[in-house]
Amino acid sequence: MNDRIPGFATLAVHAGAQPDPTTGARATPIYQTTSFVFNDSDHAASLFGLQSFGNIYTRITNPTTSVLEERVAALEGGTAALATASGHAAQVVAFQQLLRPGDEFIASRKLYGGSINQFTHAFKSFGWNVVWADSDDIASFERAVTPHTKAIFIESIANPGGSITDIEAISAVARQAGVPLIVDNTLATPYLIRPIDHGADIVIHSLTKFLGGHGNSLGGIIVDAGTFDWSKDNKYPMLSEPRPEYHGIKLQETFGNFAFAIACRVLGLRDLGPALSPFNAFMIMTGIETLPLRMQRHCENAKAVAEFLSAHPAVAAVNYAGLTSSPYYTLARKYAPKGAGAVFTFSLKGGYEAGVSLVSNLKLFSHLANVGDTRSLVIHPASTTHSQLDDDAKTRSGAGPDVVRLSIGIEDKEDLIADLEQALSA
Amino acid sequence: MNHDHYNDTWIREILNTVKTVAMIGASPQNVRPSYFVFKYLAERGYDMIPINPGQVGKSLIGKSFVASLREIDRPIDMIDIFRNADHIMPIIDDALTLNPLPKVIWMQLGVRNDEAAKKAEAAGIKVVMNRCPKIEYGRLSSEISWMGVNSRTLSSKRAPIPTQGMRLSLNRASVGGGGTDAADRAAKNKNDAV
Ligand SMILES: Cc1ncc(COP(=O)(O)O)c(C=O)c1O
Repeated sequence: MNDRIPGFATLAVHAGAQPDPTTGARATPIYQTTSFVFNDSDHAASLFGLQSFGNIYTRITNPTTSVLEERVAALEGGTAALATASGHAAQVVAFQQLLRPGDEFIASRKLYGGSINQFTHAFKSFGWNVVWADSDDIASFERAVTPHTKAIFIESIANPGGSITDIEAISAVARQAGVPLIVDNTLATPYLIRPIDHGADIVIHSLTKFLGGHGNSLGGIIVDAGTFDWSKDNKYPMLSEPRPEYHGIKLQETFGNFAFAIACRVLGLRDLGPALSPFNAFMIMTGIETLPLRMQRHCENAKAVAEFLSAHPAVAAVNYAGLTSSPYYTLARKYAPKGAGAVFTFSLKGGYEAGVSLVSNLKLFSHLANVGDTRSLVIHPASTTHSQLDDDAKTRSGAGPDVVRLSIGIEDKEDLIADLEQALSA
Repeated sequence: MNHDHYNDTWIREILNTVKTVAMIGASPQNVRPSYFVFKYLAERGYDMIPINPGQVGKSLIGKSFVASLREIDRPIDMIDIFRNADHIMPIIDDALTLNPLPKVIWMQLGVRNDEAAKKAEAAGIKVVMNRCPKIEYGRLSSEISWMGVNSRTLSSKRAPIPTQGMRLSLNRASVGGGGTDAADRAAKNKNDAV
């Protein structure tokens, strides 16, 4: 079976996992330990010097977490991956390898509100400067490029509006500028979109959402596509220059096409510290085993709910890229032919008040700040996830005051529609 | 022979069959990649010989340095080269004077010289370029998975617990022939651009 390419569902179940060497346990054991014994002091030194494969301390590697890392790398078609305590931690760790104080990166305005906050405020305090562009206007990315630009950041399917980003077009801008394209693939998951196939150099996830999929564990991950040449013009010294903390090792020279993932681990995770708990890694990888089945159901339900809402007299507009009426329909057919995801927004003719009353009348949908759960979820972004943005930025990120966001779960779609129906007419 | 992508079957065959490996450019400095590749392959049971004319009289983990290929007293299965692309041709010429000829010439990560490869291949020698045997061994045995690296292999068999000096099974099922399409494409584009 050497040349047979296992399908996505097979990789979702098997990639990275093997029966435990010691016990034969078939499910991946939870190695809930902080540290690992060394064979002798030479072994210890070679592990610390990045010279041998093996485990030292769970802040850096853990055998449960590494199964999750390899699995997501395999599903995304990357060379390696690094798990973190949350999606936000993944973003900090990834950017730390790329930016020095005074550097810039370009980000799409259509992002999860938390990412907009992180880039605007926390990153600013590190001297990392975000420059915004509009993912519906590719030329706005071209115009934003300066000699200080070090990366471009987009979401494949944007939260909350569910819009689809033209990854290939933006990847061409990144290539022209000589910087890596980072794609947050949280809302699509590799089941719907594999950004690396479209030119992404780095893929980031909040594992908290559809990958874990059950609303029980936070996590994040960085996937290295192995496509970017970090040494080309010395713009990325963390990867191309001798590292004093490792006796002068040059990471790209030593690790080749997975050097970025190694940098994130040995320079980022090791020093910043946001490691994923092995227990969370176990929960998330168990979730991933059913990712294809769940995503099929999420998308089928989302489409049915979106169609129901667009025909409802109280609804002003539905923003779901899977509807033929959506301006993103063509991009959705191209990038996400299996389904346009399960997070989308709609607005009510009754405006803000009607939105608030809808949320309080729902009985099955849970009112909370998350997406990508088995359960269906609802929120009013303008007063919650996107509340720190000014009105203009709210509207531009797809979270205007009249907008309600849904994350459709895997329940029976008839029950979801019935719940919305009763809440809209209550 | 296409050097933009190597099938796992090809790499596995090489790593499963060679025994004696001469490393050109082996460094006694324990922070250099050549040092820890040398050490790793020795720990996995290969008969390693360090070549570095500047280090003759010294040894690397107990193996004496020699000055050149011709000073080795036994047949060499594989030559692993830690020199940059400009230094490869004279090494190939040297290797072609050996009797018996080496079976494999392996150039390290970042090193590729297509002309030199053709010359060696014309003499029936297998050539691997821009790869690291330690990474490939770690990948095919899945030992490298500790680092979150995509081994591109699967196995439903219980793995042995690796001990010092032990050869690991490399016979896992490969995913898509072992390539990572996007990364292979990028390497090819980089090489084509030179
Ligand atoms: C698209 C997207 N990216 C990143 C994040 C942040 O992830 P986490 O909450 O795991 O830090 C979220 C969370 O809502 C998200 O929706």
